[in-house]
Amino acid sequence: MHYAILCYNDEDVVWSWTKEQDEAVMVRLGVVHDRLTRDGKLGPALRLLPTTAATTLRKSDPPLVIDGPFAETKEQLLGFYVIDVADLEAALAVARELAEANPGGAYEIRPIALYVPDRRDGTVR
Amino acid sequence: MTDLACIERALIGARPQALSALLRYFRDLDIAEEAFQEACLRALQSWPRNGPPRDPTAWLILVGRNAALDGVRRSTRLTALPDEAAVSDLEDAEAAMAERLDGSHYRDDVLRLLFICCHPDLPATQQIALALRIVSGLPLGEIARAFLVGESAMEQRITRAKARIAKADLPFDPPGPVERAERLAAVSAMIYLVFNSGYSAGTGSERAYFCGEAIRLARLLLRLFQTEPELMGLTALMLLQHARSAARSDAAGDIVLLDDQDRALWDRKQIAEGLALIDKAMRHRRPGPYQIQAAIAALHARASRPEETDWVEIETLYAALERLEPSPIVTLNRAVAVGKLEGPAAALAMIEPLEPCLSSYFYFFGAKGALLKQLGRIEEARTAFDRAIALAGTAAEAAHIRRHLDRLAREPAPAEAAK
Repeated sequence: MHYAILCYNDEDVVWSWTKEQDEAVMVRLGVVHDRLTRDGKLGPALRLLPTTAATTLRKSDPPLVIDGPFAETKEQLLGFYVIDVADLEAALAVARELAEANPGGAYEIRPIALYVPDRRDGTVR
Repeated sequence: MTDLACIERALIGARPQALSALLRYFRDLDIAEEAFQEACLRALQSWPRNGPPRDPTAWLILVGRNAALDGVRRSTRLTALPDEAAVSDLEDAEAAMAERLDGSHYRDDVLRLLFICCHPDLPATQQIALALRIVSGLPLGEIARAFLVGESAMEQRITRAKARIAKADLPFDPPGPVERAERLAAVSAMIYLVFNSGYSAGTGSERAYFCGEAIRLARLLLRLFQTEPELMGLTALMLLQHARSAARSDAAGDIVLLDDQDRALWDRKQIAEGLALIDKAMRHRRPGPYQIQAAIAALHARASRPEETDWVEIETLYAALERLEPSPIVTLNRAVAVGKLEGPAAALAMIEPLEPCLSSYFYFFGAKGALLKQLGRIEEARTAFDRAIALAGTAAEAAHIRRHLDRLAREPAPAEAAK
């Protein structure tokens, strides 16, 4: 089963990390990422730029372009993982490991209904 | 958020919004600051025990407000407010407060807090010190060290600045659109001052920290005013300049010019954010000085080698900036681009008329010396470099020019050698 782990935190705090703080978190996360990769659990993962860099397209007729994120929240969507594990219990176990390496904020675990991997390498038939 | 480091980060993050809401409530900066201080102390006691509140900012506003009112009542022997335990259990009040926060005033609250720090009567250094003390909550000692003065001297300076703004009427009415635009412009200029006072200080200095703080304030403001292209431009400009900070000086602390920088040291994440913001800003088709300067910085950031720099576009952008905000410094910068395109003679012809205006400007004589050197006019180059050294603001600037002079002495330019 594929799950998305959506990473929420206060972007003002996260984007104020010093280079050293950021690197320390990434080193700790790297250990978890490597382990998950070896176990065949980790799919694509990404970190998003702050919501100030976001633009929203409202699908009205005609579509309306708005500066900023879709929702203004106290904690923002800052990135996500795609993982491949047996069930919710296993997904939560992964989230707990990540949380230990990168405390603060929250992870939302959402089962993925349709997963289309990156097919730009020419394997599209 | 149970460990103290996390709580501290949350308190720093919440400070501008919480303090500015308390300022609106009490209309007195000192009371608002004391109320926020008190709320932070209670947070440090209560959050590790009871867990963090859902909305730290709303919690701090409510607890700070109650604490300050409590103080007023106690001093006037009126009935005390409910005790600490009741105050800590805030779920309902918190939700109501959060709703009010999200709904209405807080954009203008934060803007007001920043705006009072850039009162036109205050000199630039006081504006910077005040913003760092009040909005960022930087400890007095750190600000004092950054400005190379004693702690009590800095405290006096800040107290005097506060007295000055207290005398002026604080602008508490909600601003109209024109007034809001004026406040945004003044606050943007002040944030850029904070950035530049860190930028010009060089690496390893206490003030280098100011750059990150200025970027934090700009992001905060941009989050509140999402559709302002000049705010996007300002944030992008600072990010793109700050991205180069690791490459701007070598191991010995000497200045490394753009052309000689190791571009692998540039911070890719900051560049990506800066480019995204300038991209967004351009869509508005409302150009302004920050956007144009950010667009110039973006062209440098996009070139993976110095030879790939788009000097044609840079020259065009400087010309646009010249039309928008004519200044000899902008013309000097455009001349550097012209020099890359048409050679040093054309650039020199452009900058020579600027000398009366820029006779005390370090960079003018640095640029003039470099152009004269390229033209083989060694004696005149030496004179210009000597002027630059006399005007250097830091030891690193002086050392940089001295290296130019050393090179002049070692390798006479071909034109002169042929004579």
